[in-house]
Amino acid sequence: MHKCVGGADKTHPSRDKYGLAVLEAALRGASAPRTYFAAGRDGSMAEKFTLRVNGSDHTIEADPDMPLLYALRDDLGMSNPHFGCGLSQCGACTVHVDGVATRSCVTPVSRVAGHDVVTLQGLGTPEKPHPLQTAYVEEQVVQCGYCLNGWVMTAAAFLNKTKKPTDGQIREALTGLKCRCGTHTAIMRAVKRAADKMA
Amino acid sequence: MNTITDLSRRGVLQNTGALFVAFSMADAGAAMAAAATADGRPPLLPTELDSWISISREGMVTVYFGKIDGGQGTDLAMVQIVAEEMDMPVKNVGIVQGDTARTVNQGGASGSTGVRFAGAALRQAGAEARRVLVNRAAEKLGVPAERLTVTDGVVSMMGDPSKKISYAEIMNGGFFHSEIGWNKQYGNPLALTSPAKPKSPKDYKVVGTSPPRLDVHGKVFGTTPWVQDIRVEGMLHGRMIRPSIAGASVVAVDESSIANIPGAKVVRKGDFLGVVAPKEWDAIKASQSLKVTWSQVADPFPDQAQLYEHIRKAPISKSDEQKKGDIDAGFAKAAKIVEAEYEWPFQSHASMGPGCAVADVKADGTTTIWTGTQKPHFAAQGVAGCLGVPVEKVHAIWVTGPGSYGRNDAGDVTMDAAVMSQLTGKPVRVQYMRYEGHGWDPKAPASVHRARAALDANGNVLAIDFVSKGFSRIETNSTEAEPGDTLAGMLLGHKSARTQAFNLPENAYTFENKRLAWETVAALLPGPSPLRTSHMRDPLGPQIAFANESFIDEVAFAANADPVEFRLKYLSQERDRAVVQAAAEKAGWKPGKAGARRTQRGDIVTGRGVAYSQRTGTMVAIVADVEVNTKTGALRVPRVTVAHDCGCIVNPDALRRVIEGNVVQGLSRSIHEEVQFDRKNVRSVDWLTYPIVDITEAPPQIDIVLLNHPDAMSTGAGEATMRPLAAAINNAIFEATGSRIRRAPLTPQRIRTSTV
Repeated sequence: MHKCVGGADKTHPSRDKYGLAVLEAALRGASAPRTYFAAGRDGSMAEKFTLRVNGSDHTIEADPDMPLLYALRDDLGMSNPHFGCGLSQCGACTVHVDGVATRSCVTPVSRVAGHDVVTLQGLGTPEKPHPLQTAYVEEQVVQCGYCLNGWVMTAAAFLNKTKKPTDGQIREALTGLKCRCGTHTAIMRAVKRAADKMA
Repeated sequence: MNTITDLSRRGVLQNTGALFVAFSMADAGAAMAAAATADGRPPLLPTELDSWISISREGMVTVYFGKIDGGQGTDLAMVQIVAEEMDMPVKNVGIVQGDTARTVNQGGASGSTGVRFAGAALRQAGAEARRVLVNRAAEKLGVPAERLTVTDGVVSMMGDPSKKISYAEIMNGGFFHSEIGWNKQYGNPLALTSPAKPKSPKDYKVVGTSPPRLDVHGKVFGTTPWVQDIRVEGMLHGRMIRPSIAGASVVAVDESSIANIPGAKVVRKGDFLGVVAPKEWDAIKASQSLKVTWSQVADPFPDQAQLYEHIRKAPISKSDEQKKGDIDAGFAKAAKIVEAEYEWPFQSHASMGPGCAVADVKADGTTTIWTGTQKPHFAAQGVAGCLGVPVEKVHAIWVTGPGSYGRNDAGDVTMDAAVMSQLTGKPVRVQYMRYEGHGWDPKAPASVHRARAALDANGNVLAIDFVSKGFSRIETNSTEAEPGDTLAGMLLGHKSARTQAFNLPENAYTFENKRLAWETVAALLPGPSPLRTSHMRDPLGPQIAFANESFIDEVAFAANADPVEFRLKYLSQERDRAVVQAAAEKAGWKPGKAGARRTQRGDIVTGRGVAYSQRTGTMVAIVADVEVNTKTGALRVPRVTVAHDCGCIVNPDALRRVIEGNVVQGLSRSIHEEVQFDRKNVRSVDWLTYPIVDITEAPPQIDIVLLNHPDAMSTGAGEATMRPLAAAINNAIFEATGSRIRRAPLTPQRIRTSTV
């Protein structure tokens, strides 16, 4: 049986349902963790899935266990979200599934067929930006920007539910997301700016 | 909005899909190489002005930058500098970075030298371009050049604006064909000379202002192609296979173990081992299913608990020292001697995305690599070495990647992709997995630091003795130019020079008698080791300053002195004094010996600490505020105040964000980061086993004082703030708890243990 199941709480590592897999990886040392599927599982069991991404339907043929991330990047040619860890630990792969911020790197494609997937490009466009995208540009948050999907998609889902959040609520909503460049203070400014607009 | 595409020849590719841009970039690179003679473009030589600047028919200026921007806005700084010298609007200046077919080797991203060295060269190129254009305008208009002025790329006659001609009209889509002088040194030191005199800083209109970053918009809307997004027709996906015990060799590979995965194949040459498959997910599955028999090897590493003892006892492989006065005489007269030893662990680059590269090696050796390495020109040399082809056949195209702060895994993955492509005869994209990004990147060196100070009865410093001992900062070189400095190269049998080097503290303290020294020790495991050491943001700066500036605080305490006053007493240069004073003033520093600013409410004690250092001419002083829970050891850093002097500031807003990033990343390294390993391998393989700073821990308040010196050289800002941060926090913890921690990172457990 494959151990990786999506649909659980994907918000941050302290609630990470895949912790055992990660510990297993640690115990194995710096060699490949074998966490996604039973060794030798036959890849020829591809099935057809219809994915609704940013409002358009796409039919792909894939291993049901394949994470959504690879369907988006490799089958649909969408360059965001990003691969950051494949372990639901960093957030770089975050998309919305039915409006819920979801780590696509551990969510099997079979679990999202028939659900609404929205990526960063679907969240807003230069012509019609999401308030968080506007705020990110105004605050010039980005250093490298590789982590951006996680912060923006998670914050967007959070601000949809929570109006006029406190700083503490924002931090709690975003805890666990990784940014290696250390833009956290700029992220806080941008999320507060967007929250003001969305209030 | 500027784009990073080549404005002069490719038109403006805005808001296009990432993949389309990616293909265009590939196409553009190949086209440029082929078009070098066909369109009259001079060869890519440092002596050709056309190698640095071009002007399109539409009047767009393109700057050719032989370094890259890793996310700090260095590219924008180059654009501003050239726009300034050419009197161009910033929005009409674009930049091409790190493409070996289109940019001269300026050393890649390296040592915060982007503005300092490359900016100086491009300033001269911009001034020279303006001079040549004005002279040509003078000829065309029949007016002496002295009577011409330039506004937004249009040359006109002073007093008679009807006499005018634009840069675009002068160039008419062609090239300068004009020579520029250089110092005949490729890489970081490359400097340009010409008759043109750059502007006086008092005339600056663009330098010193804050236009927005060139790349933020595209990244925020997901239209920027990353190196991870490059796709080439017929490409295979590759994954590397690493041994579970460091240093083990491949004995046997059971290819049947992946026979059921569509298209999956083993790629092996000696100990170089990987898998490829047409589909990425299948390559991942193959990498995890492949059965490999590894050689039996003795445990390569000591117990982690013995690391610092190992360093202390290990033979010295190389050493160096800097002496002033007579420290023995100083210690002989001492009324009080202060001694301490500090320790800093291995740290991982742990880039936000593990390394990724695409390589297309043709049968005749013609090679294209798409790479996120900081140093694409050097990577091309390394690829040529690994493949055994002439470097002229290798075209490296830099594409933005996850923030890289030194010699991370981006260069190694480039070599792996190239070797895989050569062995399979197909283009190959290699994406490292998370465990490789943490577990197999070159590490920042671990070290111990011995410090001694002699004080007289009045608390004056008679002598200081400071010796660092640790692993070399360039055991693995900071560039990938030599195959032996890459994982693939080492696995293929190439040797590394394994250069031994460490650093001395950088500061301007005027102690009369001092000895600053370093000693290196051999790597724990030579060759392709997960604990090989190399550059990481501000190489050795945080280590050395953590020890040195914590120790200065210990000496100040022993001298019953205020930590700010104590530093000022031994700083005589105005700019060093100014940063310390500015940080103290902005923070509202209340004078007094350590402890004077301490507060307590229940279990929570607070303190403030100061630290100062230099980095290649940039001065930084930091005041850190901390709150410590005396029961749990939990640490909070509510405020950090930075005073920063990097000479002439090009873009103050971008600089502030770089400083903020340094503070938060520096906090992460100060309080969390320590590579875990056991006797067999590195055990920090992801974000749970190598925690970094969380948004709940990032300082809510970072105050920054920028001390601008427009007439001074820009000395670099990419790393300087990282340097004194750990010491500032540690000194604040001492004030709060009265206990001195001498081992990084400053974890709750260490704080609690030291406090009890």
